[in-house]
Amino acid sequence: MFAFTIRRLLFAIPTLLAISFIIFAILDLAPSDPTGNLPLTISPEVRAQIRSSLGLDEPFPIRYLLWLKQFFINEPLNLVEGWTGWTIGDGERLRVTSWATRSPVVDLIIERMPQTLWVVGMSQVIAILIAVPIGVISAYKQYSWFDQIGTFVSMLGFSIPTFFTGLVFIVLFSVHLKWFPSIYDTNHVIDSWDSFVFQIKQMIMPTMVLALATAAQLSRYMRASMLDNLQQDYVRTARAKGMTERVVVTVHVLRNSMIPVVTVIALNIPTIFGGAIITEQIFRVNGIGQLLIIGIQGADIPLVQTLTFIFAVLIVLFNLIADVLYGILDPRIRYE
Amino acid sequence: MSDQDRIVAQAAVEVVSERPRTLLRDVWSQFTAHRGAMAGLAVFLFIVLAVTFGPFLHTIDPTYSDFRARNQGMSLAHPMGTDNLGRDMFAQVLQGGRVSLLVGVTAMGIAMFFGTLVGVLAGYFRRLDGILMRVTDLFLALPILPLLLVIIMLFRDTLRKAFGPEAGIFLLIVFIIGITSWMQTARIVRGDVLALKEREFVLAARSIGTPAHRIILRHVLPNVLSPIMVSATLGIATAIITESALSFLGLGFPSDFPTWGRLLFDGANFMTITPSRVIWPGLILSLTVLSVNYVGDGLRDALDPHIRGR
Repeated sequence: MFAFTIRRLLFAIPTLLAISFIIFAILDLAPSDPTGNLPLTISPEVRAQIRSSLGLDEPFPIRYLLWLKQFFINEPLNLVEGWTGWTIGDGERLRVTSWATRSPVVDLIIERMPQTLWVVGMSQVIAILIAVPIGVISAYKQYSWFDQIGTFVSMLGFSIPTFFTGLVFIVLFSVHLKWFPSIYDTNHVIDSWDSFVFQIKQMIMPTMVLALATAAQLSRYMRASMLDNLQQDYVRTARAKGMTERVVVTVHVLRNSMIPVVTVIALNIPTIFGGAIITEQIFRVNGIGQLLIIGIQGADIPLVQTLTFIFAVLIVLFNLIADVLYGILDPRIRYE
Repeated sequence: MSDQDRIVAQAAVEVVSERPRTLLRDVWSQFTAHRGAMAGLAVFLFIVLAVTFGPFLHTIDPTYSDFRARNQGMSLAHPMGTDNLGRDMFAQVLQGGRVSLLVGVTAMGIAMFFGTLVGVLAGYFRRLDGILMRVTDLFLALPILPLLLVIIMLFRDTLRKAFGPEAGIFLLIVFIIGITSWMQTARIVRGDVLALKEREFVLAARSIGTPAHRIILRHVLPNVLSPIMVSATLGIATAIITESALSFLGLGFPSDFPTWGRLLFDGANFMTITPSRVIWPGLILSLTVLSVNYVGDGLRDALDPHIRGR
C-alpha cells in the first residue's frame, strides 16, 4: 500500500508538469495584450517598458521555467516562512505577482480561501447528511413510494443547474419571504450570539445550493451501492444468525456500501470547487471562484494561471486520495 | 452473440412468431416500458418542436423593443412578460432555445466524434493505446470550467473578427465544449473495442484479408454504437448546462443574441422587479435537461442486453 502511494505520487509529477505546460501555453500564446486596456495616450516606448517590467520580453521557455520555479520553489518556501517564522536563505525571492493589484497572487488566494472552504466544506457535510439516509431507505424499500419520490427528486437535483436553484432561492427566501440576505457579507465579524445567527443565516443559501446538487448525485450512488450489497450472501448469513434488521442494515450493509461512496465523495471535491465559481458569483461570496472571474475579466494572466493550476492540482490530488482510500477501505483490493 | 448465432436465433424466433423480432424492435419495446423515458422523450420532442416552429406562430421579433411595455407581467400579448427594454420574453426564450439546443447537439457531435475516434484507435491498435490513454487521463485532470472561461476570454475577440460576432462565438463555444468532453466516451468505447477485437467474427474478417479500416467501419463500429448513443444523449444535457453556465458567468454569447443561460444572466439583475424573467428560461432549461437525462436512462436500460432479456 505504501509502495503504491509512493508510485502514484511519482506518476502525478509528470501529469502535473504536462498540465502546467498546457495552461501556461494556452494563456501565454493567446492573442491578448496586457497593455491593451491602458489609455491610448501612453507612448509606445512606455508601453515597451511596461511590458518588460511584467517580464514579457523574455522568450517563452524561460518564462515557463521561471513561473515553474516561482510556483514550486519560491511560493512554498514563503508559505513555510510565514507559518514558522524561520528565514530560509536571504528571504528575497521573485514571487508570482498579479498584474492588476501588483501584490503576490498567493497572498490574494490565501485571503479568499477561508470563505470558499467554509461554504464548500459545509455543503459537503450537509450533502452527506442528506444523501446517505435517503440512499439507504430508498434501497431498503426499493420501489416503495419513498423510493419513487427519492429517485425523482435526485434526478431533479441532478438536472437543475446550480445557477437556477440559486436564483430561485433568492427570489423565494430573500425577495419574498425576506428570511435570508441575498448577498454574502465577508466583513461580518462574529462577536455575539446575534452576529453568529446572522452568519448562519447568510451561509444557508449558498451552502444549500451546493449541498442539494451534490446530495442528488451522492444519493444515486448510495442507493445503487446499497442495492448491490443487499443481495449478497453475507446479508443472508447475518439474518440467519438472528441479527436484528437494524444491525444487519446499519452495521453490515451500510459499512460495505460506503466504500464506493467515499471514493465518489473524494473524486467530487475538485468539481465542487468548480461549481463554487458559479455559486460564489450568484451570492457574491468573495472566495477563490470570484477571484478567478475577476482575474479573467481583467485579463490578469498570472492570477488566472496560478488559480487554474491550483484547480488542476486539486483534481490530481483527490484522484490519488480516492485510489488510496479505496485500497485502505476495501481489503479485497490489492495494488501491487 | 456472433452474426452466425444471431441468424440462427432469428430464424428460430421467426418460426415461432408471425412478426419477426428485430434488435431495433426489442430495444424500442424495452424503451417504451420505461415510463420516465417516454415522458422525457415526449417533453423533449415538444420543446424541440416549440422552439423550431414557435417563432412562426408567435411572430414578435425577439429584438424589438417596445418601450411603452417595459417590465410587464404575463399577459395574452406577452405570455412570459417583457424585459426592461420591452422585449418580449417568450420570443426570446424560443430564440434562445434554438441556440442552446443547437449548441448542445453540435458540441455533443464533436465530443462523440473525438471520443469514438480516440476510443477505437486506442482499442484497435495496440501501439497507439498507451499514448492515447495517457492523453485521455491528462484531459480528465484538466480543470474544465476555469479553462473554458480562460479560453473564451482569450480567443473571443480574434474569432469575432474572423467569423463575425455571432458565428465566431458559436464556433468557439461549440468547439471548446466538444474537445473537453470526449474523454468518458473514449474510455467506454476503448473497453468495448478491446473485447470485440478478440471475437471470432473480427478474426474471420481479418483472416480473409480485410483491411483494418474496413474491419473498423463494418464490424467494430456498429457493435459499439449503443454505448455511444447513451453517452451522446447524456452529452447533450451536459453541453447545454455548460453553455448556460458560461453565458451565466457573462462569458458566453452577447446579450442581443439570447440563449437560456444569457437570459438568466440578464434577468438576475431584475429579479426583484420581474422574477418571471429568471423563472421561465430556467424552468425550460431545467425541463430540457431533465427530459434528456430521463431519455438517456431509458436508453441505457433498453440497450443493455442483460436487462432487455428479462
